[in-house]
Amino acid sequence: MELFPLTLDKAVVRVKGSQLLGPVSCRISSEGLSVIMGPNGSGKTTFLRLLHGLERCREGEIEWGDMGRREAMRSQSYVFQSPIILRRSVRDNIVYPLRLRNVARAKAEREAEKWIREVGLEERMHLDARNLSGGEKQKLSLARALITEPRLLILDEPSANLDGASTRDIERLILLAKDKGCKIIMATHDFGQARRLADDVLFFHHGTILEQGNAQAFFEQPRTLEGRAFLRGDILI
Amino acid sequence: MNELLAGIGDAFSLLIALDPDLLEISSLSLQVSLTAVLIAAVIGLPFGAWLSVSRFRYRRSAIAILNALMGLPPVVVGLIVYLLFSRSSPFGVFNLLFTPTAMIIAQTILVTPIIASLTHQTLRELWFQYHDLLISMNASKWQRMKTLLWEGRRGLLTASLTGFGRAIGEIGAIMIVGGNIDHLTRVLTTAIALEVGKGNFPLALGLGFILIAIAIFINMAVHILSKTEREGTW
Repeated sequence: MELFPLTLDKAVVRVKGSQLLGPVSCRISSEGLSVIMGPNGSGKTTFLRLLHGLERCREGEIEWGDMGRREAMRSQSYVFQSPIILRRSVRDNIVYPLRLRNVARAKAEREAEKWIREVGLEERMHLDARNLSGGEKQKLSLARALITEPRLLILDEPSANLDGASTRDIERLILLAKDKGCKIIMATHDFGQARRLADDVLFFHHGTILEQGNAQAFFEQPRTLEGRAFLRGDILI
Repeated sequence: MNELLAGIGDAFSLLIALDPDLLEISSLSLQVSLTAVLIAAVIGLPFGAWLSVSRFRYRRSAIAILNALMGLPPVVVGLIVYLLFSRSSPFGVFNLLFTPTAMIIAQTILVTPIIASLTHQTLRELWFQYHDLLISMNASKWQRMKTLLWEGRRGLLTASLTGFGRAIGEIGAIMIVGGNIDHLTRVLTTAIALEVGKGNFPLALGLGFILIAIAIFINMAVHILSKTEREGTW
């Protein structure tokens, strides 16, 4: 079974009568790192949630290769903008997704410890995870997302409100996952981060995709007025 | 005021003398109430968790009914259990009327809605907090319930202790189904009622103080053993 390509055909998401996204049509391949950009309220998070199966199309269609929604969700991991931390130790938080998949506790703990070292939380391993700093919580979320070896990693502004050092650590982990063949789709407001990481860009405005294509081309020569204004730092209405 | 002081005095005298009757009725009180709370927790905790993570057509009505059942009148419950287990009734063959088992059944009926409803209220908030994470990780309904029960364990302990408070202080139902039989079904609350009936207020008060002391002791012991107020949990 194959997760890619992700195909959206005139997909619309509505919540309680209010249209949050769409109509959106696009095709996302299995390679590289796609960055989602756009002003607040442009539909970036809704788009990511739709790709992950957390939202459903009210109109149009979404297809995850030849997989159904539940199988597709099992092949993906999602890192939320505000880390959602379980009330248990750092290690038990990272073990959790493996335990959900019925991996034996001893094996899951060995795997978790490997990821704890990878994200540099060895000294915090047995601490209540709620006591971690913002950056550490986000590293924990990333480790917890990557431990299941997803085919697709979806990140919703993973370094929002983090300092430079933490942002660098998060980016290192994202690139590590990419090097292992994991497709990354990430929303960010950080132009520098987008320039550093993106292979291609999807630019959103008012719930629709205005531009999709090569990252370098988007940053050097955006095709739309809105894209140019956004990159100039103008306020988009 | 004099009767209050005499009651405190009587309570101490009974405790210091390790009065065998007092020990027997206190022990039966604890045995009945703790067993009822344990059974109610086994039913109420998973039911409350299920209600938190499930969406079905008459969910709101189910929650409203469950909340209303928290205030079940003990006398009515006692009467229903009495009728169900009396000789001519369907469960009469079990011969349970006027036994501690019948008292446990009545208290379980009273306590289960309390534990289930408080569990639902505690876990509803947690479900709101963890919904996206658990859905995104593809947790099954059973795994979601298990996770919420574990994450909310401290709140659920309080729910169970609330149930224990209701059970240990309950008299209406156990008086009807237990009958307050000496050396068989007499517990602290029914003994207090009996002493009040006899006009022996100091002894009734003494038993009352012992009842309060047991409730406080159980609550404190559970909180200390489960480390609910550990450093760093505020």
